[in-house]
Amino acid sequence: MQLLAQATAEPLPLPRVDWRAIAPELALAGAGVVLLMVVAFWPGARRSLLAGLTLAGLAVAAGLTAWNWDLARVAFEGAVSLDGITRYARLVLLAVGVLATLMAAQGGGRPEGSEEEAPPEVFPLLLFALTGMVMLAAASDLLVVFIALEILSLSLYVMAGATRRMAAQEAAMKYFLLGAFSSAFLLYGIALCYGATGTTNLLGIARASVDPTGDGTLLLAGIGLLAVGFLFKVAAVPFHMWTPDVYQGAPTPVTAFMAAGTKAAGFAVFLRVFAGALGGMVVSWRPVIATVAVVTMLVGAALAVVQSDLKRMLAYSSISHAGYLLVGLAAAATVPAGISASMFYLLAYAFMVMGAFMVVQYASRLGPPHSEAGERSNLDDYRGFARRHPWAGALLALFMLALTGIPPLSGFWAKYYVFLAGIEAGLTWLVVVAVISSVISAFFYLRVLVVAYLQEPAGETEPAAGRAPALGLALGLAGVLTVAIGLAPEVLVSAARTAERILG
Amino acid sequence: MLLTAALFAPLAGAVLVAAVPASRQELVRWLALAASLVALALAVAVAVRFRAGEAGFQLGVAADWVPSFGVRYRVGVDGVSLPLVLLTTVLTPLAIAGSWRSADRPRGYLALLLVLETAMLGVFVSLDLFLFYVFWEVVLVPAYFLIGSYGGPRRVYAAVKFFVYTLLGGLLMLVGIIALLYLHQKATGTPSFDYDALRDLDKAPATQRWLFAAFFAAFAIKTPVWPFHTWLPDAYTEAPTTTTVLLAGVMSKLGVYGFLRFSLPLFPDAARDLQPLLLTLAVIGILYCALVAAVQRDFKTLVAYSSVSHLGFIVLGVFALNVQGLQGGVFYMVAHGLLIGGLFFVTGMLEERRGTRRIDEFGGLQRSAPRMAGIMLVITLGAVALPGLVGFVGEFLTLLGAFLANRAYAVLAAVGVILGAVYLLWAYQRMWHGKLERDENRAVGDLTGREWAILAPLVAAIVVLGLFPRPLLERVEPSAQRVVEQTRQTSP
Repeated sequence: MQLLAQATAEPLPLPRVDWRAIAPELALAGAGVVLLMVVAFWPGARRSLLAGLTLAGLAVAAGLTAWNWDLARVAFEGAVSLDGITRYARLVLLAVGVLATLMAAQGGGRPEGSEEEAPPEVFPLLLFALTGMVMLAAASDLLVVFIALEILSLSLYVMAGATRRMAAQEAAMKYFLLGAFSSAFLLYGIALCYGATGTTNLLGIARASVDPTGDGTLLLAGIGLLAVGFLFKVAAVPFHMWTPDVYQGAPTPVTAFMAAGTKAAGFAVFLRVFAGALGGMVVSWRPVIATVAVVTMLVGAALAVVQSDLKRMLAYSSISHAGYLLVGLAAAATVPAGISASMFYLLAYAFMVMGAFMVVQYASRLGPPHSEAGERSNLDDYRGFARRHPWAGALLALFMLALTGIPPLSGFWAKYYVFLAGIEAGLTWLVVVAVISSVISAFFYLRVLVVAYLQEPAGETEPAAGRAPALGLALGLAGVLTVAIGLAPEVLVSAARTAERILG
Repeated sequence: MLLTAALFAPLAGAVLVAAVPASRQELVRWLALAASLVALALAVAVAVRFRAGEAGFQLGVAADWVPSFGVRYRVGVDGVSLPLVLLTTVLTPLAIAGSWRSADRPRGYLALLLVLETAMLGVFVSLDLFLFYVFWEVVLVPAYFLIGSYGGPRRVYAAVKFFVYTLLGGLLMLVGIIALLYLHQKATGTPSFDYDALRDLDKAPATQRWLFAAFFAAFAIKTPVWPFHTWLPDAYTEAPTTTTVLLAGVMSKLGVYGFLRFSLPLFPDAARDLQPLLLTLAVIGILYCALVAAVQRDFKTLVAYSSVSHLGFIVLGVFALNVQGLQGGVFYMVAHGLLIGGLFFVTGMLEERRGTRRIDEFGGLQRSAPRMAGIMLVITLGAVALPGLVGFVGEFLTLLGAFLANRAYAVLAAVGVILGAVYLLWAYQRMWHGKLERDENRAVGDLTGREWAILAPLVAAIVVLGLFPRPLLERVEPSAQRVVEQTRQTSP
């Protein structure tokens, strides 16, 4: 009551606006608005133009990120913090944005304007989602976290159902219902944390969490609900149920964007809140996160083994990768390397998983699937794929091997770094589980190679698909980066090292 | 630099081969052969520059790779790795020549063979444990595609089994390597994977045992040591024959080399403690696989089991933990590569002619292909360790080492020698002697020029090294001596 009285009595103090700190977010949101206008008032605008505008917006945001690279400060009275996590996440997310734009520029299905092709609105939506993601990574106030999460989620709900295909509609609905549910958990968690500590600011929560006189039980309940909200977003077991359906149903460019972008943004905030603000309470949450990590790694890998659809398999594999990242998170509170390992992992993972989805998109352009309606993502559609399309096949092999963690590809260093952090934090048992899960995962990644390389092509020869310059460029970028990060990881690893310091 | 050039020459060749249009098969073949010969020439140059009589690493190069992780690019050769580098670079051109006639997508096949060569060479010359691990895992990829994409009817099963099995071993070793890194960091404050630095590290006996187990998983599966050999008959039998030559001739040495290079000097206490266990496994492997080989109907599978049985001698020699055994082990590795390679080559030639590998389908081939029979006889006798041929020197020295370590093992292993003679000669008798009863066998032609070019160098090496083992042995000896000393020391 007293608080309320205070609030009505005095005018709310407004924080000083720090334009520079949120410049990349502003650029993204501004570009989104511009594109929305273009799409609304110029229905005949060519796809390549829209994609070009989107890329221009991303380029401006990238330039501003570079301008802000050495900026380390807390802005908006502690609501936004510019630290290593923020800038590394911006790097990852902008790269994800570029690749996703290139994929979306190519359109979904083969004939232009088919029901497989996402409408032009995906471009502004992509920018808005990206705004939310970048903001989420920079948020250091739980309310900003919530707002950012909603910006990205609402955009993604629409994007998931962007095509007229039934499966996409169903995916969007499922994602929306479960996502709303998880948002409610998160909000409730924020409320409980506020109740326990009297603030939504992460720095304040950090202080209150180590204060022995505070209400520990209430805060613990709040943390638990926060964790549920985050675990849902990063698709960890047991909050993973939506992932396979949504990944399979959504248009492939959107799936790729979700898989890489949501994961990166989700883990960035997860790291900031748990390893940063709640680092003092590590003994309370680490066992929970570690248990979830074990279950996530094993369930994800085990269920991926039995999938017959490539997109579904990649969905389960992404669940299992969330498990590895949770190992990094579990380590992060006591070992700074846990943070840099997770950030590096997110970067490497983004290119591998997006590349894999690009190959799916490439294959879908070749024609309707051999079995039922929809996209060409059933494993049977990939029989002898590499013999007919040696380059796309080689890239598919590259991404699968990188996801398995075969050196010297990017995925290997990512896994290695996370394992290293885990062992340093004394979580050797967790790393052993991760190794087992890696071996299980070899089965399903290899199965894709078996189908694409070792089986004979099925039936008739296919007509050559039309040229796909944007998709080709995206594939090339993802492939080159996967190899380059593998051969020379030093630059990005040492950059990730600078992410270890959390401002609060 | 010379060593680095030899290491990456095949990889560069693979890139070139992959860049050529698939339709130009002749060019692809010549390019691949040229690349492997360049690697051979560079390896020979390394051998010439190598100073005999020195125990340490020579011709080394070191540079930073990923400083954040303490990972360096450090390579070098000593008396243990030099013979294996030569073996690899000799067998690869022969394998390429051996697959000259196969028309099944030669571009991919030859490129993969070359990648495999670089990966295996990398394992032998790496002196940074992390670099070693990277090459160790890279070996898997070309081998997987070679077996799975070009192999026999059950190739997919064999390839996946091989991949998953060895990946498991490799990852456990990685955990061990990371643990070593931490020990180093704790002791000195800096991360390092350097071979010498990690060897000189103080490691408690209990820790050593765990680490030994982690490395053992990788090496025992790759070698393979009984009872971790179950992937091998499938992989060897299903792989195309020239791939099998490299798998059996070189890849099987990776594991034994690992024992010699890493398990013994890095974990001397554990190695000494576990010596009886390893010797027992080796002897069981020798006897068991010899018995299994004796009852095989498929000659390729027979050779595959005989390969495991003979590898048992090498493991026996290495874990005898004395100079004779180690020196014999290294020598036998070379001998085994030449002999088993030769056996598989001839198997492939027969299969090309007859389309079968079943022993009972053959008989009396000596009459239709007398020169091939003669060559095969030399190789077979070498494999059963006839004095004067290369197998004898290796087998004698390993058994001598085992005898000095513990008589019982040597006696039991000697039974394996006899068994080996029995099944190999029996198979030879059934296939090459006797009457020519089948018309198909009558039509079997003798060696062609290309086949001569493959087998002649092998047979020459088998005879020459058998008669004059000295030059090789004296290069191996100082390094073997050093490994023995390192293993004798308690906690360096």
